[in-house]
Amino acid sequence: MSLFKLTLQELQEKFTCGEVSAVEIARSYLLRLNQVEPKIKAYITLTPKDALLQQAKTIDDGLRAWRKTQPLMAMPLGIKDNICTEGIRTTCGSRMLENFVPPYDASVMGGLRTHQPLILGKTNLDEFAMGSSTEHSAFGPSRNPWNQKYIPGGSSGGSAAAVAADECVAALGSDTGGSIRQPAACCGVVGFKPTYGRVSRYGLIAFASSLDQIGPITKTVTDAAILLNAIAGFDPMDSTSANREVPDFTKSVKKKDVKKLVVGVPREYFSEGLDPEVSESVQAAIQVLQELGGKIQEVTLPSTERAIATYYLLATAEASSNLARYDGVKYGFRAKESRELAEMYRSTRSQGFGPEVKRRIMLGTYALSAGYYEAYYGKAQAVRTLIRRDFDAVFKDVDLLVSPVMPTPAFQLGERLDDPLQMYLSDIYTIPASLSGLPAISVPCGFSAMGLPIGLQLVGRPFEESTVLRAAYAYEQATNWRTKRPVIRS
Amino acid sequence: MALISQKEVEHVAQLARLELTDAEKTSFAEQLSHILTYVDQVQGVSTEGVPLTSSVAIDKTVLREDTPRECLALEKTLANAPESHDGFFVVPKILGK
Repeated sequence: MSLFKLTLQELQEKFTCGEVSAVEIARSYLLRLNQVEPKIKAYITLTPKDALLQQAKTIDDGLRAWRKTQPLMAMPLGIKDNICTEGIRTTCGSRMLENFVPPYDASVMGGLRTHQPLILGKTNLDEFAMGSSTEHSAFGPSRNPWNQKYIPGGSSGGSAAAVAADECVAALGSDTGGSIRQPAACCGVVGFKPTYGRVSRYGLIAFASSLDQIGPITKTVTDAAILLNAIAGFDPMDSTSANREVPDFTKSVKKKDVKKLVVGVPREYFSEGLDPEVSESVQAAIQVLQELGGKIQEVTLPSTERAIATYYLLATAEASSNLARYDGVKYGFRAKESRELAEMYRSTRSQGFGPEVKRRIMLGTYALSAGYYEAYYGKAQAVRTLIRRDFDAVFKDVDLLVSPVMPTPAFQLGERLDDPLQMYLSDIYTIPASLSGLPAISVPCGFSAMGLPIGLQLVGRPFEESTVLRAAYAYEQATNWRTKRPVIRS
Repeated sequence: MALISQKEVEHVAQLARLELTDAEKTSFAEQLSHILTYVDQVQGVSTEGVPLTSSVAIDKTVLREDTPRECLALEKTLANAPESHDGFFVVPKILGK
């Protein structure tokens, strides 16, 4: 069996016991990348072949004297290209950072590197993580491995496509309003957004700082637990990082039932606009959770319908402020031939940013401008409190919430490009958990008649990733969705 | 539905230090009006006495001791600069004529 088909857990076992070497792993993945990357376009930057083989050789050589391995040692990973990697170009999917080589590692990378993984490359994303399809990447869209005419989701679409197409064993993504969960659902893989504060944001290129969170995209729930173990924890470099004890998440993926768990089904997530095929798959999944011993209870989150409006006001306001730093002075693109500073700022930003980023900067600037601040930004902050209170109230009665990840399966490339609002509306089920900072996972729960994957979302209380993982694992083990793999035709 | 006029688009672009083409001004006026019409629904929500959420971080912002520590070397800091000279970032003339 080809190594690239294995899960992280399986590959780790083979490597740990010495059955395969790091060089063999690297060679297998280089072959796979060679075969499918031209079709899927999951990566913006690939580690050069020789450099990768050298890394692998160093790992193998180091183990010769004393075979002591780390959980992610020699594991081939994809890293979303908005996570700073020292010495490796980090573009954020933007012309603005096309040639930016970070002088430091994001904290998650520092943590990962102590394991000596194989970093295969930097994965594609919508420019500055703003989008749901990767179509807003300045380097062109990635393709859905299940059907290359369809979007892989976004913004972490490159990471999700790479995992689904066996172009890496696991990947890191980032989620602001659904950017880990939605592409995972579109590509039929697992995507886990941890609680806000669980994973350091230091070195994650900022989009909306009160929402951004890094998390794993993997083939299985167990793999997500393994990767989360390596990146979770307090970081003094991130002032919003949570100083809390981090449990061993792999201990949560043992039990194959959900006995004693109360699972809430939010009524508002099954209303108008939900595709019948998605609804059917999610209802069937709820049935499975019940058979596994879960107590199913209908709940209500009345502020759900306000979530998208709230999100697009707050996220764009924060983005307009965060992206003010791209001025052509310290790093990144600078427009040529400007005669004075103000002109240089304007030309640099106008040439460096793509249309969606400009649109969001405009919306955010408007929402923060004099005369509109209270009515838009202030109001949205208050509504955010109401959305959080909805969750606080239901989590008194239930341990988990179950819902679809997105209202439809993946849509076709180009289908929604001309209608930004339509694109935003597809984030309805992922945004509320983001606004409330809650841990939320997407696991595969079926396929549409077209053969496109459908995702199931499980949301937990703050810092109860373990409960989310436990239920996701039990569901995954009770079903066979994970065994179905895309066939990538030439 | 013209919630935001082309003139307002120009004003916001000026605030955001963006230079828009005429085509962009027209399409942004239309698209932003469309989006603003949608997000305007938050106005209808009763939020009297509701505190504002600016962050969902669990812990209070922690400040570190204000003591000198190692920072990025000058050479590394300037490595990505579009233009630098003698340890400084170089920019075009700040004051216009």
